[in-house]
Amino acid sequence: MTQAVELILARNLLSAVELAAFIIDTDGTVVFFNDSAGALIGRRFEEVGPLDQEQWSSEFGPFDEFGQLMPTDSLPLSVALREGLPANGRFSVRLEEGDLVPVEVSALPLVTANGFQGAIVVFWRAAE
Amino acid sequence: MALSVRYWGTRGSIPTPTPDMARYGGNTSCVELTLSDGSQMILDAGTGIRGVGLAATGQTTPVHVLLTHLHLDHIQGLMFFAPLFAPGRDVRIYGPPALGAPLLNRLGRYISAPLAPVEIHELPAEVTFEEASDGGWDVGPARVQAAFVNHRGPTLGYRITDGDATVAYLPDHEPALGQRLDGASGEWISGHGLAKDADLLIHDAQYSDSEYSQHVGWGHSGIADTIAFARLTGARRLALFHHDPLHDDAALDALGEEAAAAAGDQFEEIALAREQQTATLAT
Repeated sequence: MTQAVELILARNLLSAVELAAFIIDTDGTVVFFNDSAGALIGRRFEEVGPLDQEQWSSEFGPFDEFGQLMPTDSLPLSVALREGLPANGRFSVRLEEGDLVPVEVSALPLVTANGFQGAIVVFWRAAE
Repeated sequence: MALSVRYWGTRGSIPTPTPDMARYGGNTSCVELTLSDGSQMILDAGTGIRGVGLAATGQTTPVHVLLTHLHLDHIQGLMFFAPLFAPGRDVRIYGPPALGAPLLNRLGRYISAPLAPVEIHELPAEVTFEEASDGGWDVGPARVQAAFVNHRGPTLGYRITDGDATVAYLPDHEPALGQRLDGASGEWISGHGLAKDADLLIHDAQYSDSEYSQHVGWGHSGIADTIAFARLTGARRLALFHHDPLHDDAALDALGEEAAAAAGDQFEEIALAREQQTATLAT
């Protein structure tokens, strides 16, 4: 199956920028993350491949300030994506060596004439 | 039983009605498919569609017109398509969905004053306007699938399967924008699913490779990318389409030779599409 053209274009764009970012599809699967995101979490997409929501959560988070895994479907981010609106959030992700790092996250839903096609999610280290 | 293909317009961008362009043709995009049961399907409504309408004078069967997008070189002929002016004739026009306005309204911007002497609602035929759906639809014995592809503005590619024959039509397409096709997986190549294992792929090849480097992002392809795309999809025959209006017959001859040399024996056939050329695929 070929991905929606909006996701293909988004991947091509994100491959060329320094801002850490990933792409999720309509099922919430992380279908791509760029090298900058890979540098932040300590893994390259080529090593990891696509990850469904459960796999992504168990590997990287999101975790709350106490290190507890946050339920992804209740995140403001997920709710906003379902509603087709941009959203911001803050939580922690786990690096390869196990450290938790707080990140700020912004999500840009890709809503087209054919409906919700997925989303671009950008993130960066939050100020402590 | 066969699916036949006739090219009525192979030019991109703007008509080129000059003698030095006559062999490949000066009309803009239009391809007629005659399905195995005789049903008529027309891909795009560039100026070439005028000839389709004139050739079919007196027919009363439904006409299916599939528009890839609404750039003028793909719709300009609609105003001169005879079936639209035949009272009661069943004409079904399909096109890309877009945010903001239905297909009827978007086409109505062209078929209305001051650009046209009639309003779209005044066309004498029984015209329906349908936005292409994700799941595809049937026309006679054929299954039509549509998907957005990489071009400027909402643009579809089409895959038409009639029995064992499949035609893929992507006349305006830049799958290599922002990525190298070699090494990319099909899942991440625009249009790949539409063209996969097609018996005939009709694909944008507007530019030579040196010209493409000056037109990246314009929504069209250079020869090398078109060949790479076709190879990755497993297409059997490749028709190079949407010829640049600056390319006369001599330039297109040279481009065709360049393409054939680059493709080697990767395809059963590779050739530049010519106006009035026909092809037949066993169904």
